[in-house]
Amino acid sequence: MIEVRGLSFSYGHRNAIHDISFSAGDGEVVAILGNNGAGKSTLVKCIDRIRIPCSGDVLIDGVSTGSMSRRALARLISYTAQRSECGGMSVFDSILLGRRPYIRWGAGDEDIGMCASVIRSMGIEDLQFRCLDELSGGEQQKVMLARALVQEPRVMLLDEPTSSLDPGSQYEMMALVRKAAEERGITVLAVLHDLNLALRFCDRFFFMKGGTGYGFCSGSDIDSNLMKDVYGIDAEVVMIGGRRSILID
Amino acid sequence: MEGKGTYSGYLRHKWIVLMILLLILLAMGVLSLSAGSAALSPGDVLRALFMKGRGQESMIVWNIRMPRIAAAAAVGAALSLSGCIMQNVLRNPLASSSTLGVSQGASFGAASAIILLGAGSQGGSGFIPSISEPYMVSLCAFAGGMITTAVILAISRFRSSSPSVMVLAGVAVSSMFSGATTLIQYFADDTMVASIVYWTFGSLSRASWREIGAIAALSAAAFIFFMLNRWNYNAIESGRHSAKSLGVNVDLLVPLSLAVCALITSVAVAFTGCIGFIGLIAPHIMKRAVGNDWRFLIPGSALCGAALLLAADIACRTAAAPVVLPVGAITSFVGAPLFLYLVIRKGGKP
Repeated sequence: MIEVRGLSFSYGHRNAIHDISFSAGDGEVVAILGNNGAGKSTLVKCIDRIRIPCSGDVLIDGVSTGSMSRRALARLISYTAQRSECGGMSVFDSILLGRRPYIRWGAGDEDIGMCASVIRSMGIEDLQFRCLDELSGGEQQKVMLARALVQEPRVMLLDEPTSSLDPGSQYEMMALVRKAAEERGITVLAVLHDLNLALRFCDRFFFMKGGTGYGFCSGSDIDSNLMKDVYGIDAEVVMIGGRRSILID
Repeated sequence: MEGKGTYSGYLRHKWIVLMILLLILLAMGVLSLSAGSAALSPGDVLRALFMKGRGQESMIVWNIRMPRIAAAAAVGAALSLSGCIMQNVLRNPLASSSTLGVSQGASFGAASAIILLGAGSQGGSGFIPSISEPYMVSLCAFAGGMITTAVILAISRFRSSSPSVMVLAGVAVSSMFSGATTLIQYFADDTMVASIVYWTFGSLSRASWREIGAIAALSAAAFIFFMLNRWNYNAIESGRHSAKSLGVNVDLLVPLSLAVCALITSVAVAFTGCIGFIGLIAPHIMKRAVGNDWRFLIPGSALCGAALLLAADIACRTAAAPVVLPVGAITSFVGAPLFLYLVIRKGGKP
C-alpha cells in the first residue's frame, strides 16, 4: 500500500505540484490524469524521490521513504520514464539492470533466472540479445516493463507507458500492466492521457489540475462535468458493450 | 538453468574480445621491444630480458624501451578510461579529455608549474626538459584539469545543453587555456619556451620509472573505482532519472567520476604532455566490439587505449628512424579524421 501525504514541489519559484495526497492499495492500478503541465510527471518523480519534494511524505506499507537510501527505495519503487534513453545495450542486459538494487558485485544465477523467466512470460525471447535501440517503440516499452518487474517493487510508477504506441500496442501494454498488478500484488500508478484506455484497465483515477489534486474517484464517478472542469472539453460518458466510454464532442 | 546457459553463451564472446585484446597488447609490447633505431633481434631482446644487466642490449631494453612501453600502456589506459567514463556520465559520445579541454587545462596547469613556479629545469639532452618537482607539476595539472571539469559539469547541468554544445564549450575552454599557455610562454626565456613547446608535443620518453609508477598506480586505483561502479554506469546509460530509480546516487557519482577522470588525465598529461584522441577513439572501438555494456567496456577501453598508444609509439619510432616523431602529433593526426567521422555520422547526438 502506498500513501502520499501533502507532497509539494517547485521548480525555482514556480509551484509544480502542491499538497498532493492520496493512497492506493496492493494490486490496484491507479491512473493519474490531467492536462499537459498539470504536474503528473513531476508527481511520480517526487514519489520516487527523483525530484526531492519540498514538503510532504510518501509511505509504503506504513514506512516513510524520506530517509531511505536510494538502493532501499529502488527495492520498493520502480519507475519507467516517459522516454527512456535506450543506449546500445542488449534487451537482456537492460532487463538485468532491474536487479541492480539487489546486486552487490555480479549478477547471480537467481538474477539471471528471474530475467529469463520475465522475458519468457512476456513473449520477448526472440528479442533478448538484440540491441535495444533496434526495437520498435512498443517493444522498447515492453522491455522497460520487464525491467520494472524484475526489480520486484511494491509500487510501480509508469510515466506515459503508452505514449507513441499504436492502439493495439497500447492495449497489449496496459493488459500486461494489469496482469502484473493482479498476479504480483503490485500497486501501479500510471500517468495516462487516453481516458478510455484508463477506464478499461484502471481501478481508480486521480485527476490533477494546475499542480493540485482535483479528485480521486472510481470509473462510475467520471462524468461530463468532471471532463469539463479538468480538461475544459465537452464530453459525454456512454456505455458501449457494457463498458463506460468517453466520447469527446 | 536455461536462462543462465544462454546468457553465459552471450557473454562468452565479450570475454573472448577482451582476451584477444590482451594478446594484441602483449604482441605490441614484444614488437615495441624489438623496434627502434638500434636493431635488436628477437634473440637479443630475449637475452636482455632474462639476463638483466649484461651489455648494451640490456641497457637499451631495460632503460629505454621498457619504460616507453610501460608509459604507453599506463597513459593509453588512463586516457582511454577517462574518455570511456566521460562519455557515459556526460551522456555524450564525443566526450574525452582532449575534446572537452581537460587535457589542455591540465597542460596549462603543468606549464604554469614549470615556468612560473620553477618546477621544471632544462635537462642534459637537447630540448628535453626534466621535471624537478613532479608532484607540484601533477598538482597544478590536476588543478587545471579540474577547473575545466567544473566548467563542463556546470554546462551539463543546463537542461538545454546538447552534446554538441558541450563539445563546443570544450573547444572554447581549450582555446582559452591554449591562449593562457601562450601568454606565460611569452614571458619565459627562449630555452624554457623551447622546452614547453617540445613538452606539448607529447612524448613517452620523458617519464621515469617513478613517474610511470605514479600514473600506473593512479590508473589502477581509478580502474578499480570504475569497475566497482560498472552497474551504475550501465544504469546511467538508460538516462539519469532511470538510473536514480534503479538506486544509483547519480548526483554523487557523476561529479566524483569526472574528478577521477580529471585526476588520471592530469597526471598522464603532466608527465607525457598532450596526447590527444586516444580517449575518444578507444572507447568507440570497444563499443563496436562489446556494445554499451560498461562491465566489459571499462576493461576493454583500458586494454584498447594501451594497445593503440603502444602502436602509435612504434609508428613514431620506426616511421622516420632514427628520428623519433612526437607521439601526440601522430595520435592527433590519425584521431582527428575519426573524430570528424563520428561528428558527421551521429550529428553529435548520443
